[in-house]
Amino acid sequence: MNSTSRRRFLEVALAAQAAEIAVAHQHARTAASSRTPVLVMLGAAEARELEALASQIIPSASSPGAREAGVIYFIDKALETFDREKREAYRRGLEAAQVKRRELFPASESIAALDGGQHIALLRAIESTEFFGLLRTHTVMGFLGNPEYGGNRDLIGWKLIGFEDAARFEPPFGYYDREERR
Amino acid sequence: MSVRFRPSDTVDFVVIGSGAAGGVVAKELSSAGLRVVVLEQGPHLREKDFTHDEIKFFHRGVLVNDLKRQPNTFRKTEAEKAVRQPAVMYGRQVGGGTVHFTANFWRLHEVDFEERTRWGSVPGASLDDWPIRYAELEPYYTKVEQEFGVSGLAGASPFDPPRSQPYPLPPLPVKSGGVLFERAARKLGLHPYPAPMAILSKPYRGRGACTQCGYCKHFGCEVRAKSSSLASVIPMAERTGRCEIRAESYVRKIEVNAQGRVTGAVYFDSRGKEVFQKARAVVVCANGAETPRLLLLSKSSRFPNGLANSNGVAGKYFLADTGIEAHGLFEHPLNDYKGVHVSRLIHDYYDSDAKRGFFGGGGIDARFDWYPINFALDGLPKDVPRWGEGFKSALARYFTRSMTLLAHTSCLSVESNSISLDPELKDSWGLPALRLTFKNHPDDLNVQRFLRDRMVEILEAAGAQKIWADDAEDLVYTGHLMGSCRMGNDPRTSVVNGNHRAHDVPNLFLVDGSSFVTSGRQQPTCTIAALAYRAAEFMVQASRKGEV
Repeated sequence: MNSTSRRRFLEVALAAQAAEIAVAHQHARTAASSRTPVLVMLGAAEARELEALASQIIPSASSPGAREAGVIYFIDKALETFDREKREAYRRGLEAAQVKRRELFPASESIAALDGGQHIALLRAIESTEFFGLLRTHTVMGFLGNPEYGGNRDLIGWKLIGFEDAARFEPPFGYYDREERR
Repeated sequence: MSVRFRPSDTVDFVVIGSGAAGGVVAKELSSAGLRVVVLEQGPHLREKDFTHDEIKFFHRGVLVNDLKRQPNTFRKTEAEKAVRQPAVMYGRQVGGGTVHFTANFWRLHEVDFEERTRWGSVPGASLDDWPIRYAELEPYYTKVEQEFGVSGLAGASPFDPPRSQPYPLPPLPVKSGGVLFERAARKLGLHPYPAPMAILSKPYRGRGACTQCGYCKHFGCEVRAKSSSLASVIPMAERTGRCEIRAESYVRKIEVNAQGRVTGAVYFDSRGKEVFQKARAVVVCANGAETPRLLLLSKSSRFPNGLANSNGVAGKYFLADTGIEAHGLFEHPLNDYKGVHVSRLIHDYYDSDAKRGFFGGGGIDARFDWYPINFALDGLPKDVPRWGEGFKSALARYFTRSMTLLAHTSCLSVESNSISLDPELKDSWGLPALRLTFKNHPDDLNVQRFLRDRMVEILEAAGAQKIWADDAEDLVYTGHLMGSCRMGNDPRTSVVNGNHRAHDVPNLFLVDGSSFVTSGRQQPTCTIAALAYRAAEFMVQASRKGEV
């Protein structure tokens, strides 16, 4: 599959009902209106572990990352609404990641408690698994998707990449079309 | 405002599908005084439904066929058993694919209608001439541009076919990617020009001008600046008072009588109830995948191989959306996510050239049709880390500084490339799933490799800091569904004649991408709509003479 067709494949591979999206929106708006976002699907311990993994995908060292964007709340909403069928994949994937963690670091107690180097070693060990692909997709969606879904808090993701969602833009848009007008 | 017919009313025409073809046919027939019911499987959405939400419209794909309820199967050759996977994509709402398309709006060239005559045969392919020529279609291309609203610059490309009228609207603003592309192409002696787009650069016929918001491909336009059939011809059809647009009506069979004439269509309504709409004639505009599927679903004692399929051609010679991309990273921000996706184009490599040693050609456009999530998931070069600080810093650097070149390329007609019914898998309505059998002709890939190298040259000449490109590979999933009920003068090798009337059934017409004999260089929508204007004119005349 070339990348054009792969893109198109991805574009629809996860097709779902519009109604489910509406539910997700409604839920996200309700959650967003309360000051502290609440987890519905994920337990606190499970959320901590997943957040630790997501924070390795988009880290927070240089600037706000997945953690500050609230990616975990996006994942929680997705598993509650339009990606309900992915719950089992999360459960099994996290279980397998724990097995891998104990294998690599027998003295460790949780993913969240690993140090920086250990985190990277664990990610390298699971980066080709299907679960990692799913978590990466959800992390990116939670970082760069509309804030109504629970992530991209304060537009952290869009600010990082230089994206702005507006009803209208006026040319010139960038450096080179501006240059052309001079 | 719009009229309602009862299923027991025998209307003049039932039109199945409401996209570039169905919308035009409905408008033309109803404007001529005929009574029309349009059956559309998807919903009737309005501007308020079209929001900026990448997760909903892009990743959940709510404007295209739902592969959970309407699964596909795919195989490369007839010897294989097909497996369940996404194979075809089409717009699924009133307006069809014109609602969510990028809005590239090219006319075919004169050569496209007679490539067999000009080039000769191609081993392993069924390259044929069309039964019509460009000159016959030109007035209808003009009508499409005027009624839909197209922005462009006539005469800007030396390769453009002759035209009787300029574009009704001036070109949309050039973007940074377009500027870089234009400079580089000129340096290389090529002929870049403003891409013709079915998007309004200025207010037109009661619709607003484009606001440059950047949400085109996979999105509906909230200001009606994108010239979909939903925004243009569908409201005109409804205003005649003789056309009912019946959404959420999924047709499962076209019925025939003992004389072999069609009598109407059976569809599932929104609650899954079967309804039979009676009609004097039926026009199928359901797209290049669903039109042949519906014929094959419409088996009867009179047509045991499927309706209008006595020669077994329905579904064969399927043509797909072939193309290849190359990408460049530049020093300064382009911000090409703003504005319509495409602003500049070349057709220098459109025609086949014997010196290249293979059939085919393509057009190359400069575009940015990425959104934040899909760029992060699939837009970065392969040597960028997939996670960690390296991934994050690449996102920050690449998103605003990248552009894509896309070569839209020829797809050769091959008899075994086909749409058929899967013998096992069913959709949610219990109908056999759509099965695609497809393997590219080697020249499809040869032309992609050739144009990939040309795109890399252009990006180099544009001063890209980094360039990355696709490999040419066999296609497994496609939009731009064409060729599967092709038109022709010979009833043994085609499904409809030059006027889109089925060879087997006098009151059945098929008009959409399925009518195409060759693929052109993709961007079929403008031609689909032009064919529909021409076919509808024939239907009106035949109707008045009592010959339908």
